[in-house]
Amino acid sequence: MSQTMDNQMENKQINFMGYRKHAMVFSVILIVISLAGLWVKGLNFGIDFTGGTLVELAYEDAADVDAIRSTLVSNGYESATVQNFGSAEEVLIRIAPMEGMNSAQISNQVMTALKTDHSEAFELRRVEFVGPQVGDELTEDGALALIYALIGVLIYVALRFEFRFSVGAVSALIHDVVITLGVFSWTQAQFDLTVLAALLAVIGYSLNDTIVVFDRVRENFRTVRDGSPEEVSNLAINQMLARTLMTSFTTLLVLIALFVLGGEVIHYFALALIIGVVVGTYSSTFVASSIALSLGVSKEDLMQPVKEGADPAEQEAELNRIFLEQEAARELKQKNKK
Amino acid sequence: MFESRQKVISNQYPAWKYLLLLIAIILGGIYAAPNLFGDDPSVQISPAKSVQFDDATQGTITQALAEAQLEPKAIGYENNQFLIRFHSADEQLKARSVLKETFGRQAVVALNLAPATPDFLRSLGGQPMYLGLDLRGGVHFLMDVDMEAVVEKTYLRYVDEIKGSFREERIRYLSIDYDTDHLLVKFRGETIPETAEAVLNKQFPGEFTLTPVENEAAWILRLLPITLKEARTYALKQNITTLRNRINELGVAEPVIQQQGDRRIVVQLPGVQDTAKAKEILGATATLEFRLVEEKGDAYRAQKTGYAPNGSRLYQFRDGRPILLKRSIIVSGDNVINAQAGISSDSGSPEVNVTLDGVGGRKMLATTKENVGNRMAVVYIENRVETIEVNGEMVKKRSTTKDVINAAVIRGQFANRFQITGLDSPQEAQDLSLLLRAGALAAPMEIIEERTVGPSLGQDNIDQGFMSVIVGFILVLIVMVWRYKTLGMIANVALTLNLVLIVAVLSLLQATLTLPGIAGIVLTVGMAVDANVLIFERIREELKISSIQTAIHAGYEKAFVTIADANITTLLAALVLFSFGTGPIKGFAITLSIGIITSMFTAILGTRAVVNMLYGNKPVEKISI
Repeated sequence: MSQTMDNQMENKQINFMGYRKHAMVFSVILIVISLAGLWVKGLNFGIDFTGGTLVELAYEDAADVDAIRSTLVSNGYESATVQNFGSAEEVLIRIAPMEGMNSAQISNQVMTALKTDHSEAFELRRVEFVGPQVGDELTEDGALALIYALIGVLIYVALRFEFRFSVGAVSALIHDVVITLGVFSWTQAQFDLTVLAALLAVIGYSLNDTIVVFDRVRENFRTVRDGSPEEVSNLAINQMLARTLMTSFTTLLVLIALFVLGGEVIHYFALALIIGVVVGTYSSTFVASSIALSLGVSKEDLMQPVKEGADPAEQEAELNRIFLEQEAARELKQKNKK
Repeated sequence: MFESRQKVISNQYPAWKYLLLLIAIILGGIYAAPNLFGDDPSVQISPAKSVQFDDATQGTITQALAEAQLEPKAIGYENNQFLIRFHSADEQLKARSVLKETFGRQAVVALNLAPATPDFLRSLGGQPMYLGLDLRGGVHFLMDVDMEAVVEKTYLRYVDEIKGSFREERIRYLSIDYDTDHLLVKFRGETIPETAEAVLNKQFPGEFTLTPVENEAAWILRLLPITLKEARTYALKQNITTLRNRINELGVAEPVIQQQGDRRIVVQLPGVQDTAKAKEILGATATLEFRLVEEKGDAYRAQKTGYAPNGSRLYQFRDGRPILLKRSIIVSGDNVINAQAGISSDSGSPEVNVTLDGVGGRKMLATTKENVGNRMAVVYIENRVETIEVNGEMVKKRSTTKDVINAAVIRGQFANRFQITGLDSPQEAQDLSLLLRAGALAAPMEIIEERTVGPSLGQDNIDQGFMSVIVGFILVLIVMVWRYKTLGMIANVALTLNLVLIVAVLSLLQATLTLPGIAGIVLTVGMAVDANVLIFERIREELKISSIQTAIHAGYEKAFVTIADANITTLLAALVLFSFGTGPIKGFAITLSIGIITSMFTAILGTRAVVNMLYGNKPVEKISI
């Protein structure tokens, strides 16, 4: 056992890899629940994907949602849904794409109908109209973007580390995305374009966490000379635990600020990121490394990519140097203490 | 060995790194500063086409404002535009109506929010961030040009032209018919006339391919992809130009009209509140055709029987009266450059002055030369394209209405400038000129996406976004000090600098800041400390086994690779976001990317510089972390 290992042993060590069977079971259960949600309830897609019209109005006093709805229905918008949005004064009207109606004009007609039927003054806050073809394209582009992002990660991690690590990383990311989607399907929170952007950001964030751990695993493989892959990974996760929790904490803090203060438009975006960061923190700790380990990552796999073409003797010398340096540092410290 | 390490752990930065940091701070400060000054409500006056502002214009403006007892904050002239700043939005609105009256059709008078950047900052190129529509309010339209109609139109133009050249060369043909992607050219008799191919090749070199039809004296004529591509590009450009003119009539300060892809046009109108009117003006997709009236046939009989005499077609006036028009088009709306209502100088009666482009003028001259005394009609064709869902599939439905809006006797030969007279009232002249101008649109368009944000929501979005940045930022500052003490304070300085740099870069690039973009900044604040967290945790770890100086050095060195790796992957995700995303999402990708890059700089170089200054090269007993 090297000195570093000894040192770490003095500290409290959580045997993360020892829990990896439990974690696997837990993850699988979560994924199954999520997939079931997607299968049974599906996602509550916003008009970015379904197409349709959305009109947000602000009344001066509390809006009469029922009266608005009946006005719309009597004007031929049977599919219109009306709900309060944020406050009692604000209403959100959604109208699904309709057969044989020029959709770009719908918002105008809605406003005219409401103006003639009711005397209450209102102000137009927002209109969104997405034509069906645009909705289809956004859905397709969105799905493609997720896939491209994952493929990009797969390649980058494979080049930078090793193929089994990249499988581990990508599995963890899919895990995160599926569970976030699962939460969105069970809660039926609205899934719009910003949520898709948030998912991509989650991929970036969760990967960030995973890479940090992998990086330390790789370093430990070099410095901790006789630990088993499992011990080495465990050590790395423990070493990075403070950092992982700290960064997740600060990120969650700003996300909660965004969730609470950022307004309705950004609400679901912040929600997706909050879920993603929590799940991502878990997955980079429990999922990514354990998959890499299950695939049989060993010390030798990581020795080569670090210094390409370096001969083993040189590497041995390098390891010795690192070891000696640490020894010297330790001596120095003892001296300082005295 | 010991000596070499001694050199490593001295923790001193060379002077140039401090200089670099200083420059970054100064530049960041300068270019972020314009955002502190806010906007002035202002009115922007730009000359209408073919109008030139001169020295007297400013006098006219000052006088008009003085008469209305309005006192502008400043009047500026730049890029052939006047920008008049006011103290309040009330004054601004009043001034607009006054100036609109003063200038009439001579100029476009638009409301604007002009950044109140001080001159010395502006002289350095400083500008505030460019706010997206979701923050400043306005309308975003995505229009889809009906390219199938463009293709059809292009083929139909060839039908006319080929017929013309066949007639000139006395080649006997039976029919030329259009079918989705080709023309079927049929000849009389058993074989294709020998001269036909040579005539076509000479007249239209390299524009289409001819494939003989088996057992028939006929060709299938297909336009070459390049010919069609040119037609599409032209249609798109023409539509953009037409939209630009129409939007000028709306009076918008900084409209954005841009091509997107090969068949779409993005229109962004900041600050427009009357979206209904905007849609009406943008959405009307009409075309015009000038045709000769067939004087020989009996239009009423044709209406009854449903058969028009050979070479003619049955049309109706708007009030339902029938009229027979010749089949061939003289010129179409694409050739109309301008149409203005006016009063005739000799008779005093209302008239419409029409201007055609060069091609249109030549064709008009050729026709009018031989048809003095005959009547010419203007047909107004309104195209509506709708995408409707039929049995779950998206189907494009086009409906067309054709009305004859005017038929007048050709009094003499003319080319690209002529008057339409004999109108009943100035109002009719006004309407006709509007229709003519509106008709100058090359291909039908459809609004396929609209995003309108009212001004109050825009302001709310800014306020809420700003609030979340501030609150998130302060929370992170507190946590960093709580966890890392002195080093945490240093990280906080770096984080502040990072925020300043993000704003500075955004202002310099004039990248559009959207609400998701602000969310990107908030997220960056949360994630930017990651680099420092990594470094500080590493320093703590190293402190267990080595001296303070070594620990600091090792902490920064060893964490660097990790930070770089982690940030590159986040950049990767941002890149994907950028390449696929539309407006607001792009804004998120941009701020996220900028934030990652600036945070690398501030969190590594910036904190190290301060740490070195505090602890470097001196005997430190204790480090507060």
